[in-house]
Amino acid sequence: MLSLQHIQLSYQSGKQEPVPILQDVSLEVGAGQVVVVLGPNGAGKSSLLKVASGEIVPQSGEVRFNNRLLSACPPAEKALHMAVLPQQSLLNFPFTVEEVVMLGRTPHNTGLIVDRDIVTQALRSTDSEYLRQQAYTSLSGGEKQRVQLARVLAQVWQSEDDGDRVVILDEPTSALDYAHQQMVGRLLREHSSRGCAVVTAMHDLNLAAQCADQLVLMCCGQLRAFGSPDEVLQEDLLQDVFQVAFHRVTHPETGRPWLLC
Amino acid sequence: MTRIPPKKLLLILLVMLPLSLAVGLVVGPEIILPFVSGAESQTFSNQLIVEQIRLPRTLMAAIIGATLAVSGVMMQGLFRNPLADPSLIGVSSGASAGASFMIVMGAGLFGMHELLGVSFVALGAFIGAALATWLVYRLAATASGTSVATMLLAGIAISALAGALNSFFSFIADNHMLRQISLWQMGSLSSASWNRVALAFVLLGGLLCWFPRYSRALNALLLGESEARHLGIDVDSVKVQIIILVALAVGVAVALTGTIAFVGLVTPHMVRLIIGPDHRGLIPCAALAGAILLVLADACSRYVLAPGELPIGVVTAVLGAPFFLSLLRRQRNVVEGV
Repeated sequence: MLSLQHIQLSYQSGKQEPVPILQDVSLEVGAGQVVVVLGPNGAGKSSLLKVASGEIVPQSGEVRFNNRLLSACPPAEKALHMAVLPQQSLLNFPFTVEEVVMLGRTPHNTGLIVDRDIVTQALRSTDSEYLRQQAYTSLSGGEKQRVQLARVLAQVWQSEDDGDRVVILDEPTSALDYAHQQMVGRLLREHSSRGCAVVTAMHDLNLAAQCADQLVLMCCGQLRAFGSPDEVLQEDLLQDVFQVAFHRVTHPETGRPWLLC
Repeated sequence: MTRIPPKKLLLILLVMLPLSLAVGLVVGPEIILPFVSGAESQTFSNQLIVEQIRLPRTLMAAIIGATLAVSGVMMQGLFRNPLADPSLIGVSSGASAGASFMIVMGAGLFGMHELLGVSFVALGAFIGAALATWLVYRLAATASGTSVATMLLAGIAISALAGALNSFFSFIADNHMLRQISLWQMGSLSSASWNRVALAFVLLGGLLCWFPRYSRALNALLLGESEARHLGIDVDSVKVQIIILVALAVGVAVALTGTIAFVGLVTPHMVRLIIGPDHRGLIPCAALAGAILLVLADACSRYVLAPGELPIGVVTAVLGAPFFLSLLRRQRNVVEGV
């Protein structure tokens, strides 16, 4: 559904040697899958997501989305099936929370009644319904993040034609408390079960292990491992990538890997 | 936070606009009330004053006020900065330089002719405005799109350059020209004639009707450029269109009435405080509010120093500057509070 083939990306400033950011990265995201991208700071997670969302055009390699070249998709059409949450949001105009989430429905022509209903559901699912009438600019960092997440989810809330949907999230849990991190984990699973694929960068290995179908482990612009949480979360591999000693156990309830460090 | 629904404010403003127009007709060096019978010659001269002087002038104030306010809305949305202003892209300073050039050199080059009821000074102002905007735009345009931050800096640089030209023309001007230049820069509606009003309504009215098309795009743009792109907005083409249209609108407005400060900056703010930042309501409400404000400011400018006349730019600045400062203070408090 979303496929990246042999992506090469480097950063050139002036006459200096180009600095490689992504080296020959290939990735395949199936319909309705949750794919979590892991890796230390500067590993190229965000760049990978930006290439996948079409925000950055790689020097070589190609990105295909719903069997079309991503670069050939008109923006209005792409926005019907792909929603993107950037790492930071810079909104400094006093929209109400409801209006911010409603902006997520911009690409659609589903009518006000459907849109209102979707906005309410999206707000409820991110535990932000009580913020509805508040000014976005007056919220705390974590609240803002939940509202932005609701906006992005509202954009691809329901399928409107036969194209597959995907939501791309860059560290959606970075400002959230424990309860809301868990909530995001469950929310991503819910969305994937309704047919919307999820690609997200994350730092919490355990949260990733709980909610991911596939894990991508990145280091220094290269793809170090790709597979199920069980395959990717190997102690020696993680130690090599993160420079931290991990101890792996199995979560008594979910049966998924759990890492201690 | 208590907001008024946009439709309600729109209704209130629609009621206030005819009232303010009426005030504009009544108030002046001499208060002229309708339906008051007096000597026949008196009635006749009053009718002449209202029909030939106050009515075109008041209508001109309305359309110019609406244009400046909506241009402010568009610029603030595009730059995602509530302190942005049409003059940021160099329109006003370019127009000033163009007008000064025409005042100082024009008489020698072309004589003092008029074209379609528009003086060569106005023409020079428009060309100056267009030239400055084009330069700013070219400086900010790169292969990967137009950088809004670069554009801001380029606008400041080009404004400074135009300011230098302006000073140079003032320097070589004689006393009479100098007075003309400084009066032009303070803005004036006194030259409004029916010809000019018709021209303004055709050009600016058309542009004003076109601007609401960008409300959805501007709403999305407030989130950020890449967010807007992901919401399906063709950001680069929208940016170019908005810049060209605003430059055109402000260029025409400045050419007709000189630089009138603060209407474009303050009006969008006040409306936003009342109804929130949604451009679907903001654009029409700001247009009406700008029209009302400038009509009232113009009435004020004719009344205060009667029988003399205060330049309208002075009135709007005197009213606008304190308001702007209080906004700045509030903005600073918000930033420090975080």
